[in-house]
Amino acid sequence: MARDNVQVAGSSTVLPYASIVAELFGENFDYPTPVVESGGSSAGLKRFCEGVGENTIDIANASRQIKDSELAACADAGVTDIVEVRIGYDGIVFASGIDGNHFAFTPADWYNALAAQIVVDGALVANPNTTWDQVNPAFPAQPIQAFIPGTKHGTREVFEEKVILAGCEEAGALEVIAAANGGDEKAAEATCMIIRTDGRSVDVDGDYTETLARIQADANGIGVFGLAFYENNTDKLQVATMSGVVPTTDSIASGDYPVSRPLYFYIKAAHLDLIPGLQDFADFFVSDDIAGPDGPLAEYGLVSDPELAEVQATVTDAVLMSAN
Amino acid sequence: MTHKSLLKVDARTKKRNAAEKRFKTYGFAAIIVSMLALVTLLTSVIGTGASAFKQTYATVTVQLPEDKLDKSGVRDIDVMKKVTTIGYAKILNQGLTDTVAATGIATELSTKDIGGMLSKEAAATIRDHILANPDLIGQEVTLDLLMNGRTDGYFKGRVTMESAALDSNTSPEELALAQALADADIVHTKFNWAFLTNPDASDQRPEAAGLGVAILGSLYMMIIVLVVSLPIGVAASIYLEEFAPKNRWTDLIEVNISNLAAVPSIVYGILGLAIFINFMEFNQSSPLVGGLVLSLMTLPRIIIPARAALKSVPPSIRDAALGVGASKMQSLFHHVLPLAAPGILTGVIIGLGQALGETAPLLLIGMVAFVREYPAAYTPDAGLFGEASTALPVQVFNWTQRADPGFVERASGAIITLLIFLLIMNAVTIFLRRKFERRW
Repeated sequence: MARDNVQVAGSSTVLPYASIVAELFGENFDYPTPVVESGGSSAGLKRFCEGVGENTIDIANASRQIKDSELAACADAGVTDIVEVRIGYDGIVFASGIDGNHFAFTPADWYNALAAQIVVDGALVANPNTTWDQVNPAFPAQPIQAFIPGTKHGTREVFEEKVILAGCEEAGALEVIAAANGGDEKAAEATCMIIRTDGRSVDVDGDYTETLARIQADANGIGVFGLAFYENNTDKLQVATMSGVVPTTDSIASGDYPVSRPLYFYIKAAHLDLIPGLQDFADFFVSDDIAGPDGPLAEYGLVSDPELAEVQATVTDAVLMSAN
Repeated sequence: MTHKSLLKVDARTKKRNAAEKRFKTYGFAAIIVSMLALVTLLTSVIGTGASAFKQTYATVTVQLPEDKLDKSGVRDIDVMKKVTTIGYAKILNQGLTDTVAATGIATELSTKDIGGMLSKEAAATIRDHILANPDLIGQEVTLDLLMNGRTDGYFKGRVTMESAALDSNTSPEELALAQALADADIVHTKFNWAFLTNPDASDQRPEAAGLGVAILGSLYMMIIVLVVSLPIGVAASIYLEEFAPKNRWTDLIEVNISNLAAVPSIVYGILGLAIFINFMEFNQSSPLVGGLVLSLMTLPRIIIPARAALKSVPPSIRDAALGVGASKMQSLFHHVLPLAAPGILTGVIIGLGQALGETAPLLLIGMVAFVREYPAAYTPDAGLFGEASTALPVQVFNWTQRADPGFVERASGAIITLLIFLLIMNAVTIFLRRKFERRW
């Protein structure tokens, strides 16, 4: 049965941006407002790769790049022509309750606070730290209690790689571990990124609203949030600096704030002629008015892409991903 | 052996009496606990959600300059559509600033900050209004426009001067101006019909979000569930109860029906995705698929009480009908079914109530989505109930995940609406049972 609206599914991180664009698109164009589903990057890409035709989705939102295995699954189902669109960057911030202590973190602090094993006096031991002042004498003697995204979230991967692993290196632990296991860098990195499981770090499988509720219930809690979520709740949360940099859209765009990741959406090129408004929607999404530094997406918390012009050209010309 | 007086309480009687007293206390305690749970739930939901039914508006007089809105000056709608809501927002900023100046309220806020107190939805409201009445260009219009979520929250007590000082999306100066405008009768709060009729809105405009699409979607799905599962369910239970022979096959069917009633509802969603969307190629996110999935889920929940209702009709009634020469079918339709009808209806409405509150299966068929277009019951393109929609419980789920604190109130408001619908359905059940039920 025919469908005249654009159908989008995927990452819950991209969902707010996609729905803002969908709303403006429906308001200003003669096409119906696109339908945007959430459900996660992996679920969205799976649906995207189910095949070509009106009963499959047109666009998959993702908070990470599409994997080779997913591309293969797509190709098996006949979805060979895919346009990859990077819409901007999402900052990942550390925030605690507004009335609590203020923190100025470095990645090494997070590694020493949350890794399962840390290096003490040159030896790898199970993490003995229970309060922040044991991690870094500059911190108050507040019990360590972190709420981090669960493993199903794309954010978790970024947290592990850009905070814990970076901290592991910064603290010099990576060398010690690599030296101990005979120089196997890969294995050492994996060891670095194992998070302690003694209750000091809690995986939150829900979304940021759940993390916020946990922090409001526990004055010692420090949580991992998306920048946009923090910016909408500045009356309840205070943000910690990372390596001395306050996370803002500007400091993330300039690369000073280290913890961020690109957000993407993927267009099924075969649908461009099939679904009315798909091309216009994609063009509108990455236009300067929307995704630019003064647009509504930046206002909501998206860090706009410094190379937006290139992205716009990709969309307009429907440049396909090269098969690899 | 001596006979004891019955009036004299001996130790065993005492013990039995005490046991009875204890048992009564346990029962009473159980009632108290469940009442407390219910009261806590209702107070928390109504406490946060009741304010969703009120909304803050500003009466703004806006100049509509022709050079900005229709450069060509020929009132060609297609040309006028080129001015987007972003363009209209600037006109609104000026409009509210002028309105503030006209009342003589002094403020140091910039035009942009003043205009920012209006909802982003306001630009769409005025754009639609002007595209519908192009002759207004060049004049001034006075419109009731939505205020933004923070300003609205201030009048509902959700946002305070203290929280505003820390909030990057508003400021105490804005709230002070809002208060001054309210004192001047420009800003006012009224009953929020739009909450029941508006479609969903994006994260930037919680104040504009409504349940319109969700209510329509739920309604369509309930129609489908009723039309599909009532006849099938009743026919199946009549056959099983009245005609089917008692053998291994019917036993097997019976066991399976009971099992199906206990299957987790998400399983029906997986089934729906495989059969209705992937195989039969119905539209995803459509109430048609949702309704069919919920029908499958509801069927066993209708068959079981319907069979119980048929079973509870005394055999003497069947015998009497057969005795005066009625055929089996006549006895069934003239006597048994009318007597069983109240019981069957109760089962149907309870089944519908469960279907109305179901979220899990809808997750898999794409109904947990951001949908702003009202779904039509029928279009030649999409077919019957084929346009994308959401449903009431799904809308609650969606809103609890949003970042803006304004959506907390909306989610609770949606729960209240859902509870009211369930209450109405249950009231109908009780009414029907009272009216038609017969006891022997």
